[in-house]
Order: sequence, then C-alpha cells, then structure tokens
Amino acid sequence: MTAPALLLAMLLSPPAQAVLTIEVTRGSEAAIPIAIVPFARVGAIAEADAPADVITADLRRSGRFEPLAREDLANRPDDISAVQYKNWRLLQAEALVIGTVAQLSDGRYEIRFRLLDVFREQQLAGQKFVVPAARLRKAAHRISDLIHQKLTGKRGAFDTRIAYVSVQESPRKRFLLQVADSDGHNPKTILESPQPILSPAWSPDGNRLAYVSFEKKRSMIYAQNLWSGERELVASHDGINGAPAWSPDGTRLAMALSKDGNPEIHIHDLRSGDLRRLTRHTAIDTEPAWSPDGATIAFTSNRSGTPQIYRIPAAGGVARRLTFSGNYNAGAQYSPDGEFIALVTNQGNGHRVGLYSAANRSITELTQTTQDESPTFAPNGEMLMYATQVGAINVLAAVSTDGRVRHILRLQSGAVREPAWSPYNRKP
Amino acid sequence: MPTSSMRKSPPRRLSLRTLSLRKFLSCMLPSRTLPSRRLSSYALVLLLGGALAGCGGGGALAPAPEEVEVEINPVEGIAGDTDATATGLGDDSAAQTQGLDDASSADSGGGDALLAQRVVYFEYDSSALTAAGQAAVRAHARHLRTATGTQVVLEGHADERGTREYNLALAEDRAKSVADLMQAFGVESGRIQTVSYGEERPVALGHDEASWHLNRRVEILY
Repeated sequence: MTAPALLLAMLLSPPAQAVLTIEVTRGSEAAIPIAIVPFARVGAIAEADAPADVITADLRRSGRFEPLAREDLANRPDDISAVQYKNWRLLQAEALVIGTVAQLSDGRYEIRFRLLDVFREQQLAGQKFVVPAARLRKAAHRISDLIHQKLTGKRGAFDTRIAYVSVQESPRKRFLLQVADSDGHNPKTILESPQPILSPAWSPDGNRLAYVSFEKKRSMIYAQNLWSGERELVASHDGINGAPAWSPDGTRLAMALSKDGNPEIHIHDLRSGDLRRLTRHTAIDTEPAWSPDGATIAFTSNRSGTPQIYRIPAAGGVARRLTFSGNYNAGAQYSPDGEFIALVTNQGNGHRVGLYSAANRSITELTQTTQDESPTFAPNGEMLMYATQVGAINVLAAVSTDGRVRHILRLQSGAVREPAWSPYNRKP
Repeated sequence: MPTSSMRKSPPRRLSLRTLSLRKFLSCMLPSRTLPSRRLSSYALVLLLGGALAGCGGGGALAPAPEEVEVEINPVEGIAGDTDATATGLGDDSAAQTQGLDDASSADSGGGDALLAQRVVYFEYDSSALTAAGQAAVRAHARHLRTATGTQVVLEGHADERGTREYNLALAEDRAKSVADLMQAFGVESGRIQTVSYGEERPVALGHDEASWHLNRRVEILY
C-alpha cells in the first residue's frame, strides 16, 4: 500500500543539486605520491567522466595517496613505450598511472590502464574494461580499487555505494532516502516522504535496504529491494519499531521494539516471520549491531543510568557491558574484521565518532567535532563515514580509522544525515 | 494584599451564549471553578465539559462544547480590578481568560496556568519529570478525570544530540513518564496514547542549549 504522498522511484536522471563534492581537510604524511596522467582519447569521444579525474579524486580522498597536481604533468604518455621514468622520479612520483579511452562502434567505451612502478621501472597492474557510458565512473572506481590494492596491500572501497537521508525544505519539507556512489555521484531517490526516514541498513548482498519510516505517523520498519522498488512492511508493532540490522547471512533483522512496554532488542526471521526477544530489562535497549561472524549482537542500553554499549549472544544469553568511559556511548557498528566497534562517544568533548577496541577495551576518539552521529564502516574497514555539522549545516564526512585523514562530502542543497556504507558489490 | 474594603460578591451565573466568549479564545482552556476564597487577579472561569481543542495543531478534534453554566467569581481586593470586572461582563472585546500566574497557589495547583501548559520539559538524557512538569501533569490529569471520555495523546521528543535511534527511545520514555503519572492520578490507560518522534520534530532549530532545552519535551495533545 502506497500513500499518495510517497513516491517509490528509481530516478534515472538525478537532480543536479544533489551531487556531493569532496574536500579533503587533513592529509597523511605517509601518503604515496602518485602521478595520474589524463587518459588519452582514441578517436572522437564524447566527454563523459574522465577516468583520470575520478581516479585522482578517489585516491586523494582515501588519504593514502598524494596525486601530483595536474599542472605538473607536462609529459602525458599514453603508451608504456613513451614513459621516461627518470622524469617521473624527478617529480618524486613513486607510481604512475597511464591509460586510454576509446569509443567503440557499438557506443560502448573501452578503457585501458597501466600502473607503473617509477623506481623499479616496471608495470604493477594493467587492465582493460569495456563498459557503456553510464558505467564509465564505475570502471574508473574499479581502477582505483586495483591501484589501492597493489600499492597498499589492502582492498580499495571506491566501487561502493552509500545510502543516506536528505532533507529538502522547499517547496515543502520532504525526506528523501537516496543511494549514491560512495563519492556522492549518481544519487538515486528510492523513497520520498513528507515524514522522517531513519536508519537505512544494507542487506549483506547489497540488494535491499531496511529503514525506519514515519510515513504512517509513527515508526515502522520496511525492507525494500533496490532493483525492483518492491518493499515489505517488516515491523509495525505498537510503540517504536526501530534500528533494523541485518544478520551477516541476510536471513534475519535485529531491531528495537517497544511493544512490550520499553525498547528491547528482538530478532525477526525474514523467512519464517518468527520474532524472538533477546533482551529483558526495563531500561532502553536499542541499536543492535551484528558481529561479522553473526554470533554476537552489540547494542545500546542505559540500564546503568547512561547509554553504554553492551554485547549479548545472538542465540540469547546474558548481556555484558563493554564501555565504561564517558557518559554516552551509542550507535555501535562492528568493523568488517570484528576487532573494533565504531560508536558515538562523549568523553566530555561532545558527541564524537570513536573506535572501541575489543583487544584493549578502550575507546579512541577519531573526530574533533561535537555533533557526530551514525558512523558506518567502508567494507574494507579503512574509513568511517558519519553525519556531522559544519557551520550548522548537516553534512556527511569520512575519517580514516587511524584518525589521520578526513574528508567532507558537501551536499549542494539540503541537509544530509544517516549515512550507511554498502557492502562490496556482488552484482557486476 | 487584602484590605478591609474587600467585599465578596455573590457569584453570577450566565450561559455561554450570553457571554460569547468562545469567539475570542483561540485556545479553549479547561479550568475549574475557583474557590471564592482565592485572592488574586480576576479570572473568568469556564466549565467546558469535554470540550477541549488542542492549540498546537495536533490531536483529535474535540466535540463541540455543550451549553454549560458559567460561574463567575470576581475576586476582590486588587486596585483597578473592580473596573476590569465591570467591563468584563458582556463586553466581548475585553473578554479573555486570565490565567493564574501565581505559582504560590499550592492548594489548587495553579489551575488555568498549568492546564494552559501543554508542553513539559526534561533535562539532558533524562525522562524524569521536573517539579514543574509534575505539577502540569497533575493539572491535566485532574482535568481528564472530570472530562470523562476525552482522549489525550502524549508526543515525546528529544534534542538533536547523540544518535537518532537512542533519541527515539528516550523520547518515548519521556512520553511514558507523563503517561505513568497521569495513570497514577487516576486517568485510565485506555484514554492515553503515546508516540515518539525522537529528535525528528524540533521546535527550535538552533544548535545550543537554548534550542535543545525547548526540544527535550513532551507535548500534551487533546
């Protein structure tokens, strides 16, 4: 059932004002200097998203690379035979990326690239992609991932997506649940509502989003297929229906339901419809998060008097408190390797994104702002995206998990909140 | 302060039609008849059985007020008020309910002023009612006990700090605090509805305590 005020749409041409722009605010001294030469165009080619621009922006926002300024790229080799390594060593580049883009007779594009080691004067990677125009940026992100992997040893997370909620004020107040590339491009609205939308959560296979919608004037949980737009009303009990979290195998949703008198963690089986209650306490229990092995659920509880992070076996059992410093710890998210929990913490300096280490049971603040919320891990565990305020405007930002680099994604209009970083794409 | 020149007038009884007061009230406020021994500013008292309309645009529409008797108790003693009393009667332009602002009126709980208060506020990360909040809730509960059948909706809210889901739960806890106290004062649970909007519906948009304070609230809607 769709209320007249709601649109479920996959808009193919996103509004221009929704594009996010990226500013890198702090960099890392250990960043790898890399030269990314604009890809040579073979034949007449319609100007689309230039791959070198996309790759440069990707590598820069990771904080692990320092791309050479475009003006310094006097030499623009398009073929490995034209590369003079000595010149690049003089420019202090450690790596060099060259490539070509050609339009094929069927309208698709062929992109070739090579990643070269400037000191050893040898190729580290090379690949060819054939894609339709609409996927040029995606191919460039995959090249960025390959470069990241080769030079850092860690998988890149550039070919990923983010979901977030955008609030438009005019002509009337609207809430938009949007999915975009992780650099903010190509936003698509998957739900539009005059009432608030909260807590988007990606299914592990990346095909569905669960979220909380107030379209019926109170909180309810939906699960929506991103490709078909079909959605299922998962929870509409009395009271709060909130904080949906997918199990790692995608078959269950943990959630916070207050139907029994106060918010408690429940697990809803999507196949059978079974509902099992996990916590039993008169305090607030909310914001469940699954460990990557599916065995444990971390959650927020104020049973001690202030909100703190607890853990409980997903199969049921005793809740155990994890955080003991600060008067506010909430919004837990496990890292992909399960070693850390990102959270919102107040250690006396305002609400900041922090990282709880399971190994030494301590919390490290990662940001210096005071209004942070909704931390979400990149699927390689290297960065955390979160919602914050810059100059009283609600924006998304990302910080490396070592806290050293940060960038801000600035929506050109409207306020943005509730980011959720997708898992790795499984569809090609 | 009371003086020897005070004298007590007998209460007059008028029907609502004669007074035409409802025209001039943007919010119809329930109140109770004041005991005639109250000594404070002049107040026009209306008894509206079951006839309440929320001022804030929320809540269900109330049934039309039925014709009731109105007891007017002019309260003596304060210079200048006797003039107001005289002009108050039958003079539409001057007809306004004057709430009692005297917080020291402990016996009747402040009557109109407390019932006019449709919002109760809370401290950071707390769902405990303050003394002022308790007094307002008590006044509403007393009204509800006389206005049988009336439903009330309690909307819980939170300020913007911290996570949205925790704020959703905190705001519900606040609404439940008000509901629990109403029930303790004898209002049947079936007449009370609670809903939480967390931090999603702020009334103040600043990013400082002045705004946050206004957003940590429960709205009482009829």
